[in-house]
Amino acid sequence: MANISTLNTTAAGLDAVSGRLGSGPSGARPRKVLSQRNIILYGLLIVAALYYLLPLYVMIVTSMKGMPEIRLGNIFSPPMEITFEPWAKAWASACTGLNCDGLSRGFWNSVRILVPSVVVSIAVASVSGYALANWRFKGSDVFFSILIVGAFIPYQVMIYPIVILLRELGIYGTLTGLIIVHTIFGMPILTLLFRNYFTSLPEELFKAARIDGAGFWQIFLRIMLPMSLPIFVVAMILQVTGIWNDFLFGVVFTRPDSYPMTVQLNNIVNSVQGVKEYNVNMAATLLTGAVPLIVYFVSGRLFVRGIAAGAVKG
Amino acid sequence: MSTRATASAQPGIGAGSGSSSSSGSRAATRRPNQLFRNLNSKIASIPMILVAVCVFLGGTLWTVVYSFTNSKLLPRSSFVGLDQYYRLWDAPRWVISIQNLAIYGVLSLIFSLAIGFLLAALMDQKIRFENTFRTIFLYPFALSFIVTGLVWQWILNPEYGVQSIVRSLGWSTFTFDPLYDSSIVIYGVLIAGLWQGTGLVMCLMLAGLRGIDEDIWKASRVDGIPMWRTYLFIVIPMMRPVFITTLVIIASGIVKVYDLVVAQTSGGPGIASEVPAKYVYDYMFQAQNLGQGFAASTMMLLTVAIIVVPWAYLEFGGKKRG
Repeated sequence: MANISTLNTTAAGLDAVSGRLGSGPSGARPRKVLSQRNIILYGLLIVAALYYLLPLYVMIVTSMKGMPEIRLGNIFSPPMEITFEPWAKAWASACTGLNCDGLSRGFWNSVRILVPSVVVSIAVASVSGYALANWRFKGSDVFFSILIVGAFIPYQVMIYPIVILLRELGIYGTLTGLIIVHTIFGMPILTLLFRNYFTSLPEELFKAARIDGAGFWQIFLRIMLPMSLPIFVVAMILQVTGIWNDFLFGVVFTRPDSYPMTVQLNNIVNSVQGVKEYNVNMAATLLTGAVPLIVYFVSGRLFVRGIAAGAVKG
Repeated sequence: MSTRATASAQPGIGAGSGSSSSSGSRAATRRPNQLFRNLNSKIASIPMILVAVCVFLGGTLWTVVYSFTNSKLLPRSSFVGLDQYYRLWDAPRWVISIQNLAIYGVLSLIFSLAIGFLLAALMDQKIRFENTFRTIFLYPFALSFIVTGLVWQWILNPEYGVQSIVRSLGWSTFTFDPLYDSSIVIYGVLIAGLWQGTGLVMCLMLAGLRGIDEDIWKASRVDGIPMWRTYLFIVIPMMRPVFITTLVIIASGIVKVYDLVVAQTSGGPGIASEVPAKYVYDYMFQAQNLGQGFAASTMMLLTVAIIVVPWAYLEFGGKKRG
């Protein structure tokens, strides 16, 4: 939690690399480049890296082949003639059951779910974290403890009571219901994140604002918010990838015509009827993975910070 | 709350450490009601309180209570004692689910801790391109379990995937088709799960390694201890808290494993790769047998409690008193 100051500077991974290389000579005496130690060290790292990259490579390669080529060749060989037809088909005309309008519907459903869920969950959690950090009242820590313990409870335990609650409120199966669910399950980790951040800010700032007569909301909006851009970015990364990748809540709390992308992808690929078109399947898989991957590659070190705090979410 | 006296003297600043004297006279003239003190904060915390009490506490209790009823299509409150649990443990599908979870869980813990630590140790050798390697090791963690499951379903496909490639290289009797062989299907899921999750373990371990004092390394070098022994006998014991925290995080994630199995195998072949979370979902929302679903989810809760409670006690219980 210490290197908050570095967050602002590492907007892109490239900056960090060039910054490190440019910092001048430091550390131990330089060793020979091709020592036995280095060969083993980098050999192991490269082998591991290849293993991790392999599935991504297979996905890309397969999605660019035609079906005849897939039946003949092996999955690791590069495509002989590159085609983007599988991509077009996966996006616009792949079938799930009766309707054949491809993954695009799932994509827009996911966007419709994602944007309000991220905004609402972060808004609620940031205010809760602020109250817990600066305006503690009797019993607030008890509620917070329940919340943190709740992060470990399997979702399956709480799903049915929530179904009943939403049904009583008349919003089961609607977008509003799903937003509420994402807000609920994002709350433990986000509240923890914001509470820890606001606690780490100097208390004198808060006291000075109090003496000047600012109230609860005024201090939050005018002093805390402008100072906490980095933590909001971390929270956004966490929520965008988390909500986009969600499958269980999408299945349970939406109706088939508003299934998010992950659910639709699973239905397309694992549907029993018809000939399996592996290239279309892989194109669809890549399309679904694209959003979190882009977030990951753009956010760089902030993502690491987010998961270090968000690992509890599992 | 020992700070109650100071807190009542200055309504609003509940943080407890402040001691400004300006509000003393105000408290004497107008003593605010307990409930209305710090009111805005309480209003702002209503969502959190509702979630904590109604959903997390209330929902969990509700499920546990209703696991003792014979609810079928709708929850009913006719209690039948432990019947649902007897039925649960008599069901072959549940027993297989638990076996799978045990195999997957134990192996996943061992391998992800071992591989994660090894990678972190390699990354800690002041290597070049550290950022590149970290990016590569961690990117699967950004992907969903659905994507992970589908990719590995394709790679492990016996007709086109790894098996056919090894055969085409000349080893014609080579068999490795975990997704169609019910005795090893869970290992196929394990390979995919490890691919997705070890990057996170590596990150946590690397943070732990960076937290070790540089002087420890200097001292062991002066004493001429080989590096692997320093890791094994000095560094790993020092990193015990990191290991335990990582263990709890992965373990509570393992109990929830659901999407991965749904995408990769759909529980098949047959029921060979079923897991408890899938059992719960299928019985609650497809088989219309709520009682079984509640009983199964209560067993999941129990599993998590066995993992988390001792850890939480060690981690937080001790500190507060100390």
